[in-house]
Amino acid sequence: MTFAAMFFYLFATLAIGSAIMVIFARNPVHSVLFLILTFVNASGLFVLLGAEFLAMILLVVYVGAVAVLFLFVVMMLDIDVAKMREGFLNYMPIGMAVGALLLAEMVLVYGSWTIAPEAMKLIVSPIPTGDVTNTEALGLLIYTKYIYFFQAAGMVLLVAMIGAIVLTLRHKPNVKRQNIADQVARNPKTAIEIKDVKPGQGL
Amino acid sequence: MTIGLGHYLTVAAILFTIGIFGIFLNRKNVIIILMSIELMLLAVNINLVAFSSFLNDMVGQVFALFVLTVAAAEAAIGLAILVTYFRNRDTIAVEDIKMMKG
Repeated sequence: MTFAAMFFYLFATLAIGSAIMVIFARNPVHSVLFLILTFVNASGLFVLLGAEFLAMILLVVYVGAVAVLFLFVVMMLDIDVAKMREGFLNYMPIGMAVGALLLAEMVLVYGSWTIAPEAMKLIVSPIPTGDVTNTEALGLLIYTKYIYFFQAAGMVLLVAMIGAIVLTLRHKPNVKRQNIADQVARNPKTAIEIKDVKPGQGL
Repeated sequence: MTIGLGHYLTVAAILFTIGIFGIFLNRKNVIIILMSIELMLLAVNINLVAFSSFLNDMVGQVFALFVLTVAAAEAAIGLAILVTYFRNRDTIAVEDIKMMKG
């Protein structure tokens, strides 16, 4: 068994094992941590496949952002974990049945499937050989041929960001905030009030 | 024994099935359901990258990059909806999500 094969089996086993733990863990925090482990191992698989840039992006985006977001939400919400687990075993048979069905279908597809010889002629942009790194090859594509898709992906992220902010922002009624328009509109008439104080008398 | 395309496809298929299984198993916990969806998207990404690598076509990786973007956006929006839902109802049980208003 070669070195690469050994690493493939290591990453694959760990990814599948931790994915199983994601759905079976009692504590949602543990689920998130196992999800992180799954993504780390999947990025190992990506490195083995020669997609180094995607592997690093998977680490940065998923482990660095999405998983931490999950962690924040899990810790922010005060969830009754025991209540959430009610009926866990009731759903087991139907889940097993659907899962087994799906896996059987996929095994059947994989078992009776070959790559057509003509498929090799349909390659749109071959992976460059030589000195070009994976990141460079990806950049050569997404900034030229797929620039509109790249921009659209940026728009998707922008809309998601604005949507998430709009959804979660709330104004509490009793919190004093700076009102810049009011401050700018202030003039001596509204700011100062002159009182004529007579000698010997207070206000 | 060399690692071929089939090995990667098998891993992706198993991960996808685990994701489906997780949705059925954790019917009450929306957070775990969202994580299961992330697992399924990861399986799809493994498929795309595996085909890209073995067919020697870069486009698979470009597409995987876009899937990653959409997955990140989906997770952010899903969790934001979850937070507002929890604020209004004090629960995240899926069965209670029957009416959108109040």
